Amino acid sequence: MLEITGLTKRFGAHAVLGGVDLALRPGRVTAIVGPNGAGKTTLIKSVLGLTRPDGGEIRLDGVAVRAGDDAYRARIGYMPQVARFPENLSARELIAMIADLRGMGAVRGLADGAADAPGAPDDLLDVELLDRFALQPHLGKPLRALSGGTRQKVNAVLAFLFRPALLILDEPTAGLDPVSSGILKDKVLAERAAGRTFILTSHIMSELEELADDVVFLVEGRVRFAGPAEELLRRTRQTRLERAIARLMLDRVDARDDDANGAAA
Amino acid sequence: MTPTLALDTGTGSVRSPLPAPRSPLLKVLRYELSNVARSRWLLGYAAFFLLATDALLRFGGGGPKALLSLVNVVLFVIPLVGLVFGTTYLHAAREFTEVLLAQPVSRGQLFAALWLGLALPLAGAFALGVALPFAWHGLGDDPAALATLLTLGGVGVALTAVFVALAFLIAVRSDDRVKGLGVAVGLWLALGLLYDGLVLLLVAMFADYPIERPVLALMLANPIDLGRVLLLTRFDSGALLGYTGAVFARFFQGAGGTAVAATALALWIAVPVALGRRAFLRKDF
Repeated sequence: MLEITGLTKRFGAHAVLGGVDLALRPGRVTAIVGPNGAGKTTLIKSVLGLTRPDGGEIRLDGVAVRAGDDAYRARIGYMPQVARFPENLSARELIAMIADLRGMGAVRGLADGAADAPGAPDDLLDVELLDRFALQPHLGKPLRALSGGTRQKVNAVLAFLFRPALLILDEPTAGLDPVSSGILKDKVLAERAAGRTFILTSHIMSELEELADDVVFLVEGRVRFAGPAEELLRRTRQTRLERAIARLMLDRVDARDDDANGAAA
Repeated sequence: MTPTLALDTGTGSVRSPLPAPRSPLLKVLRYELSNVARSRWLLGYAAFFLLATDALLRFGGGGPKALLSLVNVVLFVIPLVGLVFGTTYLHAAREFTEVLLAQPVSRGQLFAALWLGLALPLAGAFALGVALPFAWHGLGDDPAALATLLTLGGVGVALTAVFVALAFLIAVRSDDRVKGLGVAVGLWLALGLLYDGLVLLLVAMFADYPIERPVLALMLANPIDLGRVLLLTRFDSGALLGYTGAVFARFFQGAGGTAVAATALALWIAVPVALGRRAFLRKDF
């Protein structure tokens, strides 16, 4: 699915990613966790091509992603943490725009004659969330008139719409009410069952508990732990993921102290 | 399944009678245009030129005089608005730009679409705002007025393209909104005010030497001055600029001079666009 080897990125003197190796297992939800500034966002943005890594390699389905490659992103759905859209467009226009960009313009054409060919576009487009979130009454309004939570729902619809093989969800339930958050989590589980692969970042531990199959723990741009959630629990001798991750974070502090001592000696 | 119908109804404003464009540039541009065209500040910008032109034609005493005043308004307002709107717009669109970049679209095409998506509506609002009052007041009895008005339109559109491109270059290279805006306003002050002061100083210092050609070169190096010279030499008052003015008038009214001026303006568009695009291609979002 997605393989990352030796990924490095510096911003000025600061090494944000110090050689990240990672292989996602297909059909699973991989949670990327770590303290603030650990490089989670830079890692995600490198996969999306938003940030240009300095070194290392990213392979999607065995094919290396190079700077300037664009087509591979058709297989990735991205739900950013903050959803800000052109404020004068309606949600309907926004969805049409992204569909258009994804070369799904023909689907919109099909939707024109949806009465003649009901269901046909569903093969290509996944509009289930549109329905589950009951977004229909909001589709015609300008996006600036929508609440933050509603915009976040539109954001989620866009990520799932094109049935991508890999979905990257950055703090997906931030700003969603519990009902909507539950709908989104159900959707993640359903799509995982359908074989899709997920990268998830979240600070909400219950969410990780519920969704994460694998955990990648990043500290200062390096992978400190990568493996199934159960193994993390076993290794840290905890029963809850929250405790286990907290345990990892505390270990980090210890490790740093050791480093400091080592350097001083 | 009915939800797909949602994409069907009410998209009239998105659809044009033309066939859907194939290039990602045109696809993005289409939506950028409909977004910008509906914004209130664009309406305000068009209304400003409409009211200013109308007032100058009504109270400014006839066509040529009104045109001359209008030249000064245009050379003042277009660079300022292009720079300020341009940096603010691109910074405000940062998150959505990331959403678009996460789609299978090339950065170069996206940059071009963003630039055209702002420059075209701004240029259109300017052109419409100036043209309408002339349409109902008439051009007066000066036969050269139409040519001058067309030059004004051309210079205004070109300056819009130049300053939106410069604004995008600034915005792409600065992640801090306030800093970007500061650089934009600073550039406007430098090109609009400081530059002329320095040129005047130079002229005064070397008054005894034949400096028409160096000054001419300096005029070409500032898009606002270039626009001003192009426009002022269209008026009889160009003679008021004295000997230097006469040299300029002779230069810019000849075919060669016009070609040089047009090339210089084209470079002023192409170079900032190319630099902005390059920075956009390399940027870490």
